[in-house]
Amino acid sequence: MSLSLEEVRRIASLARLKLSPEEEERFALQLSAILGYVEELRALDVSGVEPMTHALSAGEAPPVRADEERPGLGAPLAVAAAPEREGTYFKVPRIIE
Amino acid sequence: MTAPAEELCALTLRQAGERMAAGAVSSLELLEASLARIERLDPALGAFLAVAGERAREKAREADGRRARGERRSVLDGVPLAVKDLFLTRGFPTTAGSRVLEGYRPPYDAAAVERLEAAGAVLVGKLNMDEFAMGSSNENSGYKLCHNPWDLSRTPGGSSGGSAAAVAARLVYGTLGTDTGGSIREPASFCGVVGVKPSYGRVSRYGVVAFASSLDQVGPIARTVEDAALLLATIAGHDPRDSTSSTRPVDDYLLALAGGARGLRIGVPREWLSGGVDPGTLAAVRAALDTYERLGATLLDISLPHSRFGVAAYYLIAPAEASSNLARYDGVRFGLRAPGHGLKEMYGETRDQGFGAEVKRRIMLGTYALSAGYYDAYYLRAQKVRTLVRRDLDEAFERCDVVAGPVAPGVAFKLGEKIEDPLQMYLADVFTITANLAALPALSVPCGQDARTGLPVGLQLLGRPFDEATLLRAARALERETGAFPAPPEPS
Repeated sequence: MSLSLEEVRRIASLARLKLSPEEEERFALQLSAILGYVEELRALDVSGVEPMTHALSAGEAPPVRADEERPGLGAPLAVAAAPEREGTYFKVPRIIE
Repeated sequence: MTAPAEELCALTLRQAGERMAAGAVSSLELLEASLARIERLDPALGAFLAVAGERAREKAREADGRRARGERRSVLDGVPLAVKDLFLTRGFPTTAGSRVLEGYRPPYDAAAVERLEAAGAVLVGKLNMDEFAMGSSNENSGYKLCHNPWDLSRTPGGSSGGSAAAVAARLVYGTLGTDTGGSIREPASFCGVVGVKPSYGRVSRYGVVAFASSLDQVGPIARTVEDAALLLATIAGHDPRDSTSSTRPVDDYLLALAGGARGLRIGVPREWLSGGVDPGTLAAVRAALDTYERLGATLLDISLPHSRFGVAAYYLIAPAEASSNLARYDGVRFGLRAPGHGLKEMYGETRDQGFGAEVKRRIMLGTYALSAGYYDAYYLRAQKVRTLVRRDLDEAFERCDVVAGPVAPGVAFKLGEKIEDPLQMYLADVFTITANLAALPALSVPCGQDARTGLPVGLQLLGRPFDEATLLRAARALERETGAFPAPPEPS
């Protein structure tokens, strides 16, 4: 399994990661090695095996809580740690040119 | 007559709590002893990312006030503890070991932090870790290296490296860590302390910075099995704010400690004791198994045929979940924002500057495994393998009460030894990953020292779902026989 530089760039773009050219080359090699290793899973016959989609077994999951109004953090506290804000709003760079 | 500070630091959590209850020492004295020791030793050790001096002094005075009024909330009341920097602490810096959260002060406390404080514990600070809990050596910390108190040129293990190093070096009486693929047990093994990863769902994850949500679990690190049981009893139990928190009643862990090893059926996976384990580690593990047999336990040869596929399954599932969880670090709501033209460039710059190499690598791996056309081949297949790993254990527990083996293939390795080769680092998690994939409880208890290096070796015990009590009972039986594990040599 070998990842091309082009694929590395595509994945980085999907993940909103800006990588340097050196990082792209290093990740191409390292991710290829890791994907090569996980290829061993193909040796297993998993036909008819249900995927384990929840860590809690059926019956272990707690009941869904009642759908009731509860106090939240409140806007002032929720935006308090934002790198840029205006009043109780998050401020982001322009989206529409 | 006050005991010298160093003598206070040598106490166990239980002893410290009892001395306070007897009026022989105050919480403030214990705290000052702890703070002085941190100031003296931590510059070389690197266990703490932040020390809460004044905040802790206030809490200690409150505990002393309660004691003066004849109130005592628990054995932990007034005892100095610390938590991994993955737990949110209201108004106090929480970084998850990442530059992307530098300076972040959360608006609320993690559930486990609330429970410790409700029990009266005094939180001394936040502990070093691999960035977002991704790593097995603490070398991925975005801030500084953490060293093993037994040998400063070696890793304390990871990702809860600071949590294990702080307990081993007697800086505090106990800590909390988190364990997604071994991040409590491996550092506990490397540092010669007790570390418990409870069953998935046993301890609330509310307010714990998320890494891989189907695997993450909170647990204690302590000097003795009893101290670990005290801490687990404090933090375990249902919390409606975590939708995966179990409503099962919590067993009486302290009561279980007296059970002894007689009659225990201990499964020993043959795959875990064959090749790939260092001779010194293997010898210590075998000696522990012999001890159990001598104490009246029965050893059973078992097979976990799918556990060797665990690393491959884990390194698809955990990065996939992480790539989703870490999407929130976008420079908008908290943490770092790097300048960029337009939103997408701001995201990219922020995440490039904020994340370290290992975090980026896992986000890349997880994004790839979840991307169109690859989902079935990677993520879905890994989840099916996860089912097979769990089935192996379910079958084993039809015949045994616990499963025993090594925690890691060897003792603490040298800093720098594996950091350039991510795959080699991942392979060191082979024995711990099983319990996370299967959602079972597991712990590491010191079982000896490697003959060549003198470094600690941990024995790993795995149990049935929510049967932490039997694990603690088995661990205590071994500890009673071998004696409490020694402290590392005092630095000169």
